[in-house]
Amino acid sequence: MIQAGVVFAYLGLVLIIGVFGGRWTRQENAEGYFLAGRSIGPIVFLLSLFGTNMTAFSILGASGHAFANGIVTYGLMASSSALIIPFGLFLIGTRLWALGKRHGFMTPVQMFRDRWECGHIGTCIFAVQAVLLVPYIVIAVMGGGTTLASVSGGRVPYWFGGAIVSMVVMGYVFFGGMRGTAWVNTFQTILFLSFGAIAVLVIARGMGGFSRAMENMLASPATAPLLTRERVSPLYFFSYTFIPLSSLAFPHIGIFCLTAKRLAHFKKTVVLYPICMLAIWLPSVFLGVVANQALDVPSIATKIEARQTLAAEGASLPVERRAELRAAASGDDVILKLVDGYAPIWLASLLGAAVMAAVMASDSQILALSTMFTEDVFAFYGGQARFGEAVQVQTGRAFVVILTLIAYAIALMAPQSIFDLASQYAFAGYSALSPLLVAALFWKKSTKWGALAVTVWTAGAVLAIALLQASIPAPGPGAGVPVLSLGGTAVISRVASGTTVMGLLPVVPMTLISALLMFVVSSLTPRARPAAATLARYSI
Amino acid sequence: MPAALVALVTALACVLHQDFWLWRSARPLVFGFLPAGLAYHAAYTLGVSLFMWLLVRWNWPSHLEERDGE
Repeated sequence: MIQAGVVFAYLGLVLIIGVFGGRWTRQENAEGYFLAGRSIGPIVFLLSLFGTNMTAFSILGASGHAFANGIVTYGLMASSSALIIPFGLFLIGTRLWALGKRHGFMTPVQMFRDRWECGHIGTCIFAVQAVLLVPYIVIAVMGGGTTLASVSGGRVPYWFGGAIVSMVVMGYVFFGGMRGTAWVNTFQTILFLSFGAIAVLVIARGMGGFSRAMENMLASPATAPLLTRERVSPLYFFSYTFIPLSSLAFPHIGIFCLTAKRLAHFKKTVVLYPICMLAIWLPSVFLGVVANQALDVPSIATKIEARQTLAAEGASLPVERRAELRAAASGDDVILKLVDGYAPIWLASLLGAAVMAAVMASDSQILALSTMFTEDVFAFYGGQARFGEAVQVQTGRAFVVILTLIAYAIALMAPQSIFDLASQYAFAGYSALSPLLVAALFWKKSTKWGALAVTVWTAGAVLAIALLQASIPAPGPGAGVPVLSLGGTAVISRVASGTTVMGLLPVVPMTLISALLMFVVSSLTPRARPAAATLARYSI
Repeated sequence: MPAALVALVTALACVLHQDFWLWRSARPLVFGFLPAGLAYHAAYTLGVSLFMWLLVRWNWPSHLEERDGE
């Protein structure tokens, strides 16, 4: 119950930080509420931008993935992001900031509409971005409910836990706007950064040092591969390099780039972003791997046993039994279990708060959707001109409430597996949308029809993969079910981890085809190129 | 740095990220507990930070802010 008490105190604290942090900015106008008046300072900009990218998936999923797959997790998800995200901020984020400040843009879609001289195509881009963002918000509500139920030993039921987390997030986004959200994200990032180092030290002490654990893992044929990358193919590893491109296309990241007070505030973020990745991901991945030696923790031993059964008998088991074993072997809570096994109660309580921080990372997405709705739909279709800016801000706040309620209702009704899947392919979807930004900023010959082709292709590809995975159950580990073959070669296959296209993850062909469509369709529609005066505004 | 050099270093960073030469090696354990592949990627991350520092120092697009202040 101490753990639950700390988590509730934490929730109260973030509510206070968010609500009162927001009071530092005039919120009567749209820029004040949605962009913190474009006045965020360098430290909050770095920590909040980083925290915005660190979702439940990246914090809890990292250690769970490392528990099952080994050290490869760091190379797959962390070091590629450490290169591509700051480089993208340097190249694209700075230009978004400059154009936003110069022309008053508050969302990427506003820029696309202006750049390509289009209206309804911008609405299509908004719709696809919004649909891809919703699963994250639903998952955050689910994560909140599950975590509160877990840390309270079941005393707080799932539905009530989800409601509490939703109310807290809604509260500080509603009252605090962008500045309140940025302050909460900053606080949460500091919590993540502090927790990683403490957890490593305490767990190392509990396990009697890591050297012995590593030597034991190397000595066993079952665990030695976890310390190398031999369990994944080079093509699979290469595919993951495309995933961080999604960060650049996420509307909440694009919108956050517009909040910096000065261009120079990007400097610290670009340089220190990789260091922050290292500080959070290295402990997460390492602890996930080393958990394979924590056999004296009963709940971890049960997970390992389920994984071994799945590996030995998976192919011959019925689909339902395989799903049960997968759930039992899942390592998403493995750090929780390590801390339960080796750490004192105060650290376990702190962990509960850190986990809460991770699952509450939906605040930026909720605010981004609200900004997009009010700017790209309400204001664009005449709402602001007709009712004024104050009503626009109130509409944004109402949207925050409605969106949270809808997400909560969906979280109560739908199984989590559907949204895990949806969020997995939303990353691929946003990566496939990234050519929009590159073309808008760097290719004068790009046209609105090229942009539409990219948007329609992305929506269609994500939908096709979702339908494919819903209709063909995942095979056992190591096996692959060919879905489409040409000349005896499997082109599209259903595998245990999802879908592959000639051994690559779908994100690779999705992004490459997207870029190709932008080039081909724009080249075929030269008459749709914007006027010289418009292009001149984008000479940056 | 000239743009071509930035592009070259970026491409090199992408290749170095694949580090297929450490695919099946866990040893040596750096500091006695960190598998070689993980230590490599940790060092790679620090190297990327250094590259970003050089970019910020030599290729910062300060003209974007100057134009804005005009």
